[in-house]
Amino acid sequence: MRAKSLFLATAVASALALAAAPGARAEGIKVGMITTLSGGGASLGVDVRDGFMLAVKMSGRDDIEVVIEDDQRKPDIAVQLADKMIQSDRVDLLTGIIWSNLALAVVPAAVAQGKFYLSPNAGPSQLAGAGCNPLHFNVAWQNDDLPAAAGAYLAAEGFDNTLLLAPNYPAGHDMVNGFKRTFTGGINGEIFTKLGQKDYAAEIARIRASGADSVFFFLPGGMGISFLKQYADSGVDIPIFGPAFSFDQGILQAVGAAALGVRNTSQWNKDIDNPANKAFVEAFQAEYGRLPSLYASQGYDTANLMISAMEKADVSDTDAFRAALEEADFDSVRGKFSFAPNHFPVQDIYVREVIKEGDVFTNRIVGVAATDFVNAYVDQCKM
Amino acid sequence: MSPILVIEQILNGLQSGVMLFLMAAGLTLIFGVMGLINLAHGALYMIGAFAAAAVAGATGSFLLGLAAALAASAAAGALIEASVLRRLYGRDHLDQVLATFALILILSEGTRWLFGSFPLYLDIPDWLSGPVLLPGGIRYPLYRLAIIGVGLLVALGLFALISRTRIGIRIRAGEADREMIGALGVNISVLYTLVFALGAALAGLAGALIGAIQSVQVGMGEPVMILAFVVIVIGGIGSIRGALVGALLVGLTDTLGRIFLPMLFGLFMEPTAATTTGSALASMSIYILMAAVLLVKPTGLYGSAG
Repeated sequence: MRAKSLFLATAVASALALAAAPGARAEGIKVGMITTLSGGGASLGVDVRDGFMLAVKMSGRDDIEVVIEDDQRKPDIAVQLADKMIQSDRVDLLTGIIWSNLALAVVPAAVAQGKFYLSPNAGPSQLAGAGCNPLHFNVAWQNDDLPAAAGAYLAAEGFDNTLLLAPNYPAGHDMVNGFKRTFTGGINGEIFTKLGQKDYAAEIARIRASGADSVFFFLPGGMGISFLKQYADSGVDIPIFGPAFSFDQGILQAVGAAALGVRNTSQWNKDIDNPANKAFVEAFQAEYGRLPSLYASQGYDTANLMISAMEKADVSDTDAFRAALEEADFDSVRGKFSFAPNHFPVQDIYVREVIKEGDVFTNRIVGVAATDFVNAYVDQCKM
Repeated sequence: MSPILVIEQILNGLQSGVMLFLMAAGLTLIFGVMGLINLAHGALYMIGAFAAAAVAGATGSFLLGLAAALAASAAAGALIEASVLRRLYGRDHLDQVLATFALILILSEGTRWLFGSFPLYLDIPDWLSGPVLLPGGIRYPLYRLAIIGVGLLVALGLFALISRTRIGIRIRAGEADREMIGALGVNISVLYTLVFALGAALAGLAGALIGAIQSVQVGMGEPVMILAFVVIVIGGIGSIRGALVGALLVGLTDTLGRIFLPMLFGLFMEPTAATTTGSALASMSIYILMAAVLLVKPTGLYGSAG
């Protein structure tokens, strides 16, 4: 009964959509943003949203309409929201998803219905390799990129006995594999922890006893806060490294002094010296009263990429709009930015160090880990 | 594998166990005395951590933060009991689960509304930070030793309260026969509010102590609450002694399993497969323990039959 009425409603909605479609909007764009605004991962979604909306505001355009919904970090909710946005809001373009498992649930269906998807964060290997799509663009990184850059950096620094630590879930294995792809030194061992684990006493004791010369860890969000505080308190002095996800502006204040001096790899930092970045950091602070994170920078770049394409083509002309997106003709806050054939970024990846500026913990760039880095899956993509 | 590593891991297991006990004690008291399944117990843990982080941040004193955590979570507990849960004692467990689940959502989003989406800062005070040298050459964080000490003290205090004081007699009587002690002239609703506030304060204390070494953020209580339920099922629902034994068992099994299972599989498998299999089995270990206990003793280790 319920399934039947749902089907009926969907059929009516699509019929209405079809009837109203021709000539409904000659210009402008309607954006559907599905992101995480409640629950444990909300700080990432809030930053992506704020960065995106800042760029829209700064462009001064009034032909961009953004529908924002909270996916609660749940794949089923994200899928429902995407259906609603495509069928009843009739958006032209979707964006906003933070987590790889949600992106895998939403993106293939959205692009199959002819909608553009610009990813401000999640970059699962499935969408970069065999599952790549002409309408899908990633404006952040492929999941392996930052750990692969860290692997290259640690090898160049001469580390030869590295212990790897990550949660036991797909992205955790991706990160470890990404690191191992470029790291030429010896591996001391691998530790996989439960996703969401907050107590690392047992793992830290094992690190202490391991005799490793360095530790590479990927523990995003609250897991990273817990690990860094406990590691600093344990008195173990083996140097630790990681991708930027445990060192973003949102969580550094919660980690406090425990993160000082730790090096991490990132495609962006607030001290990258170019006019676009200066303008972004100043405007973000003025608008929201806090420093931007790398997630905010990704949201900002995503919106600017979209706006650059709007200046060249109408979104209803799919081929022209896609070609305009592929040119990536916008001033990225990262400096150089272009797309690889699988629509993932080609960009420099930096080494950052956590410092304290006044009362605020933040990062500064201390070196370059990889120049013009191209993701590992580009050859598997046929489109 | 050195004996130092083994001893260190046993200490880690004890520390995780006594914190679980603080959570499980409140949960099992509330279930034992009032027959109420309180899913929102994890939210009280979160309230304790946020209160400690806010007060410690404003005053710079960790001890004032702890006091604030106890006060805030006890007050929140009493308020919830008097306003919502009191109406649910006579109802089906399913209604209680539904109502307390709603409380989780309300308290979580309320906390976000007050404090924002970004995690809060709460750190170990200077006088408790850093490792100490134990006999045998083990370097162990002082703060974790302090946690073990506080947890054991609270456990002792709780046993004394339940077995030696008048209020303890009433609590035990309430567990045994709710109608009868009401008929004997004990003000049952005051007793219930008191028990609930006590359970909430224990959860808040655990939240504040753990918040200093983990992350203070919305939703931090739910994973702990699941473990606390495992603990009270293993220990026997309603039994404080069961909660203590169950918590220590779960803490030790989880900690030792996480480290030694992958090593064990490494003896006869290649490293990557051993790590993956060992880690997967380690995250199941406490549930396997629970199933094994229930197989032998269906009401838990110290549960009353029937």
